[in-house]
Amino acid sequence: MSQTVASQTEYNYKVVRQFAIMTVIWGIVGMGVGVLIAAQLAWPALNFDTPWLTYSRLRPLHTNAVIFAFGTSALFATSYYVVQRTCQTRLFSDKLAAFTFWGWQAIIVSAAITLPLGITSSKEYAELEWPIDIAIAVVWVSYAVVFFGTLIKRKVSHIYVANWFYAGFIITVAILHIVNSMAVPVSLTKSYSIYAGAVDAMVQWWYGHNAVGFLLTAGFLGMMYYFVPKQAGRPVYSYRLSVVHFWALVSLYIWAGPHHLHYTALPDWTQSLGMVMSVILFVPSWGGMINGIMTLSGAWHKLRTDPVLRFLVVSLSFYGMSTFEGPMMAIKSVNALSHYTDWTVGHVHSGALGWVAMISIGAIYHLIPALFGHGNMYSIKLVNTHFWLHTVGVVLYIVAMWISGVMQGLMWRAVNADGTLMYSFVQSLEASKPFYIMRFLGGVFIVVGMLVMAYNVFRTVTAKSGSLATDANAQMA
Amino acid sequence: MTSFWSIWVIVLTLACLALILGLLLWNLKNYVGVKEGESCGHEFDGIEEINNPLPKWWTYMFFATFVWAVYYLAAYPGLGNWQGLAKWTSSNQGVTSLAESKKATEEALANGEKVQLDQEIIAAEERFGPIFNELAKVPVEELLASKVAGDKAQQKAIENGEKHEQTQGQMALEIGQRLYAQNCAQCHGSDARGGTGFPNLTDNDWLYGGTPDKIKETLLHGRIAAMPPWKDALGEQGVKEMTAYVLSLSGRKVNQKDADAGKAKFAMCAACHGMDGKGSVAHNLPFGAPNLTDNIWLYGGSQRAVEETLNNGRAGVMPAWKDILGEDKVHLLTAYVYSLSQNK
Repeated sequence: MSQTVASQTEYNYKVVRQFAIMTVIWGIVGMGVGVLIAAQLAWPALNFDTPWLTYSRLRPLHTNAVIFAFGTSALFATSYYVVQRTCQTRLFSDKLAAFTFWGWQAIIVSAAITLPLGITSSKEYAELEWPIDIAIAVVWVSYAVVFFGTLIKRKVSHIYVANWFYAGFIITVAILHIVNSMAVPVSLTKSYSIYAGAVDAMVQWWYGHNAVGFLLTAGFLGMMYYFVPKQAGRPVYSYRLSVVHFWALVSLYIWAGPHHLHYTALPDWTQSLGMVMSVILFVPSWGGMINGIMTLSGAWHKLRTDPVLRFLVVSLSFYGMSTFEGPMMAIKSVNALSHYTDWTVGHVHSGALGWVAMISIGAIYHLIPALFGHGNMYSIKLVNTHFWLHTVGVVLYIVAMWISGVMQGLMWRAVNADGTLMYSFVQSLEASKPFYIMRFLGGVFIVVGMLVMAYNVFRTVTAKSGSLATDANAQMA
Repeated sequence: MTSFWSIWVIVLTLACLALILGLLLWNLKNYVGVKEGESCGHEFDGIEEINNPLPKWWTYMFFATFVWAVYYLAAYPGLGNWQGLAKWTSSNQGVTSLAESKKATEEALANGEKVQLDQEIIAAEERFGPIFNELAKVPVEELLASKVAGDKAQQKAIENGEKHEQTQGQMALEIGQRLYAQNCAQCHGSDARGGTGFPNLTDNDWLYGGTPDKIKETLLHGRIAAMPPWKDALGEQGVKEMTAYVLSLSGRKVNQKDADAGKAKFAMCAACHGMDGKGSVAHNLPFGAPNLTDNIWLYGGSQRAVEETLNNGRAGVMPAWKDILGEDKVHLLTAYVYSLSQNK
């Protein structure tokens, strides 16, 4: 490492530490709620006849908690860390950065209060009502100011590829959120979208799919481009591949929303166009996976000893798998089978638990020792335990949903010799129950893994400085 | 879509695809200034980037998706108002009535356009229509007799280890049951025992009559029932008294004084429910007013539920199925619904 790199004290690590710790805490909360609602699907009595414990209210709480509390906290933490380290300069404004931390936490808490109370705009992944939406816009613009301000005052000539992805994600999420949340308030807790009918559906899924595309993909690719080469101690495989796949990814994703609305009142041309762009999108998506995995060339042996690297590499495998599955499911004739079934739920979770959660967990395991002045995590063994718990959990989850989803799709379309449907809806639900229990068990594995992580992080953070063994190979590039 | 927006969509789509293609072609060349396989020369927090070429198989895959995209957008709707060489649409989008829909279907057929929904319906009609048509010719009572005979023969065949061929009635009622499960169970329940506001179909208590003809009429054309609210006319005390009287008609224990007071005002109810409270069917009236003397309650038989009915009225709606299922299928549904109350 060259000597011009600024020493630790010159960087703002405080806000990175705060977001990193909250990532772990919100991860446990969000995934815990997920396990509860998974249990409710198998055993409906678990809502205890209490309105704010019903599936309908806890499901948006789960999605908001994992996407915007867990995932986005991880993005805040890593982007603030990466932009400082790769631009060799301190954050643009410490005060504004602190504001984004406290503002974002306040937004999460208000979501956790309003959603169980049944206060919702009823738009998927955008359920929060207008006062919270305005707060999100304010915090997000502040985030953009801090991030781009830091980029502008960088001390290196080029902008590193990780920052392209973070930048793309920050700008696009701002646009998506503001456009989709446009509403007419009728009271403090109720508003109506300014869009109606098919236009409303289109705007909603333009937002919804790009929340996946930019927040859950581009943002985490930024994370990947720093932590994978750093943890592996290897250079990025191909600069030109990163150029092509970045620009192709951001320009194609924005078109893909209509594949959520196949066979609906959306005009045919919109559906077909969304499908075409979704299918092409497969290739640049794999560009990111190739660049990440090939970065390990010459460092594959490290996977044997470094569970943090294992988290990062397996996350890329899940990324590759989901980004193959997604374009395939966007093809109309495949979608005719998969739509409205658990297959979709499985697909989302192979992306969310396999890709997003694993890359975040890997990044946090890399960050925590670096942020708190240690050479390593308190226990590498526990990191390994977490890796296996998480992997088994994800596999249980997605296999259960694949079987259940394909089965539902086939049952719903099966017809008798007289053309009548062979099964009623409730029969397909009955057939799904064993897989709902299997999915619940997968979720339990994942949450137990997160608790192991919390313990490990706690012991690392509270350990005396210099008391944890340094593994120079695994930690330093 | 106006031609402005159509052009807008076409230009944006093609420009986006062309830019990505250009980007791909540009990056096939080595423009970085260092040899392939070497570091690009910049370093970020210790991370270097290698100037490796794009993987060949990946590049070919990219080109292949482009070729496919061009084909698909030429063949199918996607580029604004461009209809596509395959002349395909999913359905007659934009129709607002059955008449418009029928007209659009005919026009599309005449113009050689492929409207997928229409074609699927035509294919299904051709394949399944004759089955329903054949069974719909047989009167309901006959289908039922054939079903009973068939069940007996089947039982015997099982005992003797022989094969049994389904009778016409067995087949008709099996289809009827399937139609019921898909179209009726949502309100009337999988077991047809109904629920609050949705009549039980197994108890031989009918609001509009339980003959096959009457059941068919209900299914084909639907029913709209209206119990008016009596809060203003009767007042709180009046509702309490009428409730007592109505409950007493089914032999329930009530405050006799209240019931007597209610009885005195019952004439206003008799117009629909009959002076004896036995409901409109007993008096050959078409209102769908329930029998109040049999202790069967559509909206609940507790004192509170009956008071609620009297205070605020009730509105019951049975949808019409003629245009959704067609007369042949309704005939088989009729047979099934009729059979539910015939077995006891």
